Amino acid sequence: MKSLAELTELKEQAEKKLRVRKSSGKPQIIVGMDDCGIDAGAREILKKFLAEVNQRDLDVIVTQTECSGQCDQEPVVTVQLPEESKVTYGNVTAEKLEQIIEEHIVNGNILEDLKLDQ
Amino acid sequence: MEQSIYRSHILICGGTGCVSSGCKEVRSSLEDELARHDLEDEIKVLETGCHGFCEKGPLIIVYPESVFYCELKPENMEKLVEEHILKGKIVEEFLYQEPVTNESVRSYKDIDFYKKQERNALANCGHIDPEEIEEYIATGGYQAIGKALTEMTPQEVIDEVKDSGLRGRGGGGFPAGLKWQFASEAEGDKKYVICNADEGDPGAFMDRSLLEGDPHRIIEGMVIAAYAIGADEGYVYVRAEYPLAIKRLRIAIEEAEEYGLLGDNLFGTDFNFDLHIKEGAGAFVCGEETALMASIEGKRGMPRPRPPFPAQKGLWGKPSNINNVETYANVPDVIQDGAETYKQVGTEGSTGTKVFALTGKINNTGLAEVPMGITMREIIYDIGGGINDGKEFKAVQIGGPSGGCLPEDKLDLTIDYDSLLEVGAMMGSGGLVVMDEDTCMVDVSRFFLDFTQSESCGKCTPCRVGTKQMLDILERITTGEGQEGDIELLEELAENIKSTSLCGLGQTAPNPVLSTLRYFRDEYEAHIYEQNCPAGACEELLGAYVIDGEACVGCTACTDACPVDAISGEAKEEHQIDEDACIACGACVEKCPVDAITQ
Amino acid sequence: MDTITVTIDGQQVEVDQQATLLDAANKLDIEIPTLCYHPDLTLHGSCRICVVEDAESGNLLASCATPVTDGMKIKTASDKVITARKMNLELLLSDHPNDCMTCEADGACELQELVYEYGVTEPSFGLMEEQKFEVKNENPFIEFDQNKCILCGKCVRVDNEVQCSGAIDFTERGFQSKVGVPFDQDLGADHSSCVFCGQCVEMCPTGALTYKPAKGLGREYELESVQTTCPYCGVGCQIELKVKDNKIVKVGSVYQEDSPNPIGETCVKGRFAYDFVDHPERLTKPLIKKDGEFEEASWDEALDYVADKLTTITEEDGGEAVAALTSARCTNEENYLLQKFMRGVVGTNSIDHCARL
Repeated sequence: MKSLAELTELKEQAEKKLRVRKSSGKPQIIVGMDDCGIDAGAREILKKFLAEVNQRDLDVIVTQTECSGQCDQEPVVTVQLPEESKVTYGNVTAEKLEQIIEEHIVNGNILEDLKLDQ
Repeated sequence: MEQSIYRSHILICGGTGCVSSGCKEVRSSLEDELARHDLEDEIKVLETGCHGFCEKGPLIIVYPESVFYCELKPENMEKLVEEHILKGKIVEEFLYQEPVTNESVRSYKDIDFYKKQERNALANCGHIDPEEIEEYIATGGYQAIGKALTEMTPQEVIDEVKDSGLRGRGGGGFPAGLKWQFASEAEGDKKYVICNADEGDPGAFMDRSLLEGDPHRIIEGMVIAAYAIGADEGYVYVRAEYPLAIKRLRIAIEEAEEYGLLGDNLFGTDFNFDLHIKEGAGAFVCGEETALMASIEGKRGMPRPRPPFPAQKGLWGKPSNINNVETYANVPDVIQDGAETYKQVGTEGSTGTKVFALTGKINNTGLAEVPMGITMREIIYDIGGGINDGKEFKAVQIGGPSGGCLPEDKLDLTIDYDSLLEVGAMMGSGGLVVMDEDTCMVDVSRFFLDFTQSESCGKCTPCRVGTKQMLDILERITTGEGQEGDIELLEELAENIKSTSLCGLGQTAPNPVLSTLRYFRDEYEAHIYEQNCPAGACEELLGAYVIDGEACVGCTACTDACPVDAISGEAKEEHQIDEDACIACGACVEKCPVDAITQ
Repeated sequence: MDTITVTIDGQQVEVDQQATLLDAANKLDIEIPTLCYHPDLTLHGSCRICVVEDAESGNLLASCATPVTDGMKIKTASDKVITARKMNLELLLSDHPNDCMTCEADGACELQELVYEYGVTEPSFGLMEEQKFEVKNENPFIEFDQNKCILCGKCVRVDNEVQCSGAIDFTERGFQSKVGVPFDQDLGADHSSCVFCGQCVEMCPTGALTYKPAKGLGREYELESVQTTCPYCGVGCQIELKVKDNKIVKVGSVYQEDSPNPIGETCVKGRFAYDFVDHPERLTKPLIKKDGEFEEASWDEALDYVADKLTTITEEDGGEAVAALTSARCTNEENYLLQKFMRGVVGTNSIDHCARL
């Protein structure tokens, strides 16, 4: 360790690996992962979200939840930005997934056309 | 692409308490289940140090939801993975239930045991992987060394520690900054810093947990102390009965060396520091600093007269600074946040927090870090959840074999170094043993004297022979052989041992007797003059059991339970106890379905 | 060196900064009893008999181990001090056999003296009831009765610091602590590194370590002391013969700064090999063999006889026919003279010395 700056840089790198343990105040992508969701391909969607977030180096929590009752719309994904209300998207595909990340997570614009009614 | 970010971290407590309750098996079952569901790339499992809530182990925390599961078994993992990890359904049955309300609690932060705590020294324990230096660094670790070395002079570091009011957490409460000042002023071509991890009080395990859960914090504290006093070499003296602590500390030292946080030219300065581990053989007296240093030198662990103090002539005759594990654990915060911030917690004379090991007849046993100035009642009832089995509180023993027993009317005492001394106890290393109405206070004294007597190094007369005489008298009293004058003799002996013993072990050894004599003298008197143990704990003073012939239904449950065959009688007929044969163990009483047996 | 002033029992004394309270009291001729203290050994501070009271704080301080500080006021005989000393004596007695009548150390026992001086007639904790340890006395020289040991550690220190044998050290803990020997064997046994220098016996304040050959031969107060030079090697150690009825009972140490053995060191021969002094077969006069029998002769006669023989041999067969054997008991000077005489006068190089064997 040659300097405080070097340590601070290392700290920033190391913090990324621990992002998942500090969820409060962070954007969350919540994938419905009950049997209905998994049957509709939610696992693949969840993995893709994770890979995408990882690739873009975003400080976003990707997590799973139980069935919300909208089984016919699965895979269902809810996006929760800090201090904003939840937005739920249905029938999420790999394509939509990229849109959700790009538009909603990164730019903060809700994708009204994909949004499900609550 | 390597999956560097997982969607979930599962932290499994790998402290010694949870190891004994089976966390290793839980972990391997958890990993099997994750593999079965092809989840290894998404979920990271890691082992942490102690969470403190040992009563409820094995424990895990699932992130990002921070769900706290407890009392887990390997066979629970199938359900946990399938339901929670895969499908996102929290498994209610594995959650912690508040004992009073029976409500399930999702996050550990909402559990009463944790709510009143202020976990600073223990901040990382249970929350980071202690075998992974980068996790410590991610929490801001080693920043304080960087700050001290590159922005502060050694004297500024000492002044900061002095200003913080940090006092030694190992027992005596000597101001740490002042100790550092002495070692810094002492002349010597070579100086040492030593960490006292020879935790030996019965029931105490805070140092072990710190070393197991956050070893880098201790290393950081020691490096800062070394810089402050001008030492370039250090030792952690840790008892060999702490294999996990030693293993994790060893890994931590290797990692710190690899990252250039130990060794030469730290942070590009000309400051060098090497750290070694010395395993102790488990002698209680080696917690005394001069005995500890003798032991490092390879000699028998025997204290020597002070002065000269270690700051002048310590290890191998060189100026040395010796602090306890928890003291060093506080140092990074003092330097990083500054003395002013540090002082915000605690009382004027005793700043910061103190870690206590809660044991005895209490619902929540475990480790609790609380601000100085908290009351004993808050610790025992709010954090500890009160007394087991609805029994009455009787006393709390604080400070281990050097401490004292405090009665109910001291429950609202605010705890700090000085208030405890005033009432005849002491902070000690922070062991808290809670006793209920069934505990005999004379027997408690006997227990502690037995401990100090067998742990005395045997060097000085009052400690070697005096504690033996005290023990003999206490044994006499608890077996009904007490004589008039025994209490006075105990007091005279206690006074002599306190005032003429060579080291702290002897000087404080009579405290358990003196404090119980102060608050529970009537129990001693009952034993001696009435041949009666009011708590019903001293077997020799209890009469034999008798069976009420009218109530007895002749079920023979008592006959089967009696270990010495003292009960006779045909089935369905009245039974009798042979008084001479009866050892008053009480086994029959527990088995009798009609409560026909009394004493 | 800077000095500082302390007040002991109302008397002021000036001592150097390094001094202890015991040094200061000694300077005033105020006697403070000690059991574990010895000026030639490292500080131990274990017996707690030398405690004195700090007049200001009322704390008891071990005077042997407490450095003086300026303006200190000390009481050496307050009630508190006497009570503490007495109780520590009672504690020692409770772990000590009551057999002064037959004890070798009777009359020379420091514990006995203090118990007498402090009038400990009814010790609160009684006396040792059963022997804790078996007496070790298989070896010919030292009897080691651990029951009588008060763990002052003087033997351990002299053994490890002066003699450097490493034969004894503390073992066990608590009340079972003792001065131990390897594998609990006797001194001098297979695993013992004891060389029987007897230094430990000299240091022992009680009858725990005693000289076996002196057993029953006399009480200390019956013995007359004669300081002499050890008759063995040329080092010239000072020793003290303890004599009764003109017979040596034992050999004690002499602590004298300018002697070759200032801390009373001796070897096993100096300490124990004194039988020869009164041995019936000891030669006290020169003998000359005449007609196959030894006959007493005067020194002149004997020297003439030797001179004659040496002259005859060297004349007839040359100097090389003569050999000389000298002794380690002689001084270096004597040995030097003998070899010089042999080479220069007799003319031989055949010279040897018993220490080479």
